[in-house]
Amino acid sequence: MSFLNDYIYYIGAFGLIFVGLYIILVKRNLIKVIIGLGILDTGVNLFLISVGYITEGTAPIFSRPGIDAERMVDPVPQALVLTAIVIGVAVLALALSLAIRLYQHYGTLNLRRIREQKW
Amino acid sequence: MRRGLSILLLIVVALGISLSLGEIPFGRPKTKVGRYYIDEGMKETGAVNIVTSVVVNYRGFDTLGEVTVLFIAAIGLGAVLTGGGEKKRKAEPASLVLYTGCRLLFPLILIFGAYVFVHGHLTPGGGFQGGAIIASGFLLIYLGCRERRISPVASSLAESLGGLVFVVIGLLGIVLGGYFLSNFLPKGTPNALVSAGVIPIIYIAVGFKVGSELASIIDNLIEES
Repeated sequence: MSFLNDYIYYIGAFGLIFVGLYIILVKRNLIKVIIGLGILDTGVNLFLISVGYITEGTAPIFSRPGIDAERMVDPVPQALVLTAIVIGVAVLALALSLAIRLYQHYGTLNLRRIREQKW
Repeated sequence: MRRGLSILLLIVVALGISLSLGEIPFGRPKTKVGRYYIDEGMKETGAVNIVTSVVVNYRGFDTLGEVTVLFIAAIGLGAVLTGGGEKKRKAEPASLVLYTGCRLLFPLILIFGAYVFVHGHLTPGGGFQGGAIIASGFLLIYLGCRERRISPVASSLAESLGGLVFVVIGLLGIVLGGYFLSNFLPKGTPNALVSAGVIPIIYIAVGFKVGSELASIIDNLIEES
């Protein structure tokens, strides 16, 4: 089981990404597509964090003297994900607001039916 | 048909990714950049939290861009949602227990959020996290005390001031330090609250900006529902 031990975080992250992609490709309800977008976002963040992880690593903070700098995890992916999470929330909210407007205009959230209608 | 094609496509993509991911070892240090930041970051920026020094100092320009993306998303949401006709819906008043609980918790959440972004260079935390905590306090107020609203003037004032402080400090960096967003203030002693030069100031500005932007997003969405 060393393969699973080595790659379980990558597998989990890409599992989330593929679940999100599948939802985006297959589902026709706009709300479900946006939920898929959120799941995909989570998967990408988890993947970036797991790339930067070091086995039995600690947070990159020198909170007390004499802390072992060799065991600190990579700070760059953490800094990227930190901002990406907040921006993901804002972009999700923007997508939901567009969905609200689409529903008010067409009276449906089914993407196939929206495509059939005229403006 | 469509489902089968999608699954086939995903399997092909998964095969390609697994072949390339197998080459990336898990749990071992990979980049030299991260090692450099850990070794030199505390000396160069004065911040104990290396993630903060990367976000605000080394990649400060990138953070300014990300704050701008957040700003544009909030503005776009406001523009999309306020285009429709004005609707006034009578909200059901909350029960006394819920109302009092929210009133009690709201200042505590605000203080906690402020603590998180003021101590961003010392502890796990910072402007983005503290701003999100403050916005969650506003969400609680919107859910618990329905008739209360944040004033749009105060919200946009905090947002604009946050952005303005960020940019002005960046421009002052050009004048005093030679390049955009340079750390021109004295570094101070590590682990002290007033240390790390401009990092706490920028993170407080980012905290105000993120908090007011997320609160205005919540305000717009609740106004619409």
